[in-house]
Amino acid sequence: MSANSSDRWMPVWQVLLGVSMLSLWEAGSRSGWLDKFFFSRPSDVAARVWEWIAAGSIWPHLGTTILEAALSFLIGGAAGIGFGFLLARRRWLGALLDPYVRIANSLPRVVLAPIFLLWFGLGIWSKVALGVTVVFFIVFFNTFQGVREVDPILIDNARMLGARERDLVRHVLLPSALAWIFSSLHVSVGFAIIAVVVGEYLGSSRGIGYVIAQAEGVFDTTGVFAGLTVLSAVVLLVGAGVNAAERRLLRWKRQA
Amino acid sequence: MTPSAIEFMGAARRFNDGYTAIENIDLRVEAGRFVSVVGPSGCGKSTLLNLAAGLLSPTSGQVRIFGEPLNGLNTRAGYLFQQDALLPWKTALENVTLGPTFQGRDATAEARQWIERVGLTGFHDRYPAQLSGGMRKRVALAQTWIADPDIVLMDEPFSALDVHTRVRMEGEVLDLWAGSGKTVLFVTHDLEEAIALGDEVVVLSAGPAAQIVARFEIDLPRPRPLLDIRTESRFHQLYAQVWTALRAEVMRSHERQL
Repeated sequence: MSANSSDRWMPVWQVLLGVSMLSLWEAGSRSGWLDKFFFSRPSDVAARVWEWIAAGSIWPHLGTTILEAALSFLIGGAAGIGFGFLLARRRWLGALLDPYVRIANSLPRVVLAPIFLLWFGLGIWSKVALGVTVVFFIVFFNTFQGVREVDPILIDNARMLGARERDLVRHVLLPSALAWIFSSLHVSVGFAIIAVVVGEYLGSSRGIGYVIAQAEGVFDTTGVFAGLTVLSAVVLLVGAGVNAAERRLLRWKRQA
Repeated sequence: MTPSAIEFMGAARRFNDGYTAIENIDLRVEAGRFVSVVGPSGCGKSTLLNLAAGLLSPTSGQVRIFGEPLNGLNTRAGYLFQQDALLPWKTALENVTLGPTFQGRDATAEARQWIERVGLTGFHDRYPAQLSGGMRKRVALAQTWIADPDIVLMDEPFSALDVHTRVRMEGEVLDLWAGSGKTVLFVTHDLEEAIALGDEVVVLSAGPAAQIVARFEIDLPRPRPLLDIRTESRFHQLYAQVWTALRAEVMRSHERQL
């Protein structure tokens, strides 16, 4: 079998795999092999998701989660790019702060959640703060690396053509770091959503994490899986958006 | 007396690891001249150019540009690098306008003319990855020339090209330079290229601590027919003279590397 024909049929195989896994789950649950109380079943989960959508009860929760994730993504991303640039360009400062950046990054973020709840309250900002701590470091390290990896010839050439530091940032360093930043965006988008959901899960009155926590509290496995399903759909959609932006912004990498 | 375009006065450059690339360089390049620099590989030719560009500063001695001591970047010079130095995320046109863009000037129309002049009509919206090596060099040439620098520094700009493309590019450089009044410092390891293009050939000794060992005036008439010049008898005489000087250095460099 040639690589070509396998590529062409890949989406079909992928759907087939998903459908058969779900069918197995459904059949196992209906035959009693899987306990419905612990494992629920795909048809029930689908029905629950549809119920949420039809009644419109899920939208405020989804909206809250997306708002929190977007805010943590924007704040964490902007701070990550800014500090990444600063520490990569100011070697002395970078060396000075290096151990502290490592220490801060080694902290388990989940443990910070209760502290953020104390500091920022039960509203969205404690979740945003948690999301920021996750996104910041991913974007920071990638920007730092991307700026450091720039071919010095490109910088010398731009300087000979009259570039000042801000020209270098705009025309040379940022575009060069963009490939690194984009590879980190895929990860950080997912992590931002996970972080805010964890935050909601630990203490909130809104959001998908709250919905999941509520369902768990009454042993409603169908509700938990339905929440996870909604969450995965959102992550996939946002990921597709990042892909589209990447294709556009990194089109110079394609040959011919 | 008008000051030299570039003047090295006892210039030396030692790097942080203790390696001395060039030492005791005294060289005057008069305005409007095309001066080739040859030497064995690793003899510090690029260091010499980087000093003239102000990308490096001499650890002793001085570099003067039109009589003024060089402090920081040489703003009167353009630099054509050996490696690809075009920004991969900008189109040919955007790369050519880079210098004017940094000055806050829109030079799109001018850049289009330059793209035509270097024979790339219709390729202005291609990215460097979509151009051949020769085409990328043409873009780089236009990028350097559009800023109209008084001095052009070239570091083996065509060494990565195939022989035929190379001769064509050399011809285009001579066409651009002729009558422009620009001063060119052209570094190469190819002696034929050095003689065919230059008014003068400067031979550097084997590194480390390379010095100038000889200078030869190239009295071939201009304009020079580059396709045929390599078969002329005067060319052969000059080649033999310079090669005698260069040969000793190449052998020394070779022995040190063994």
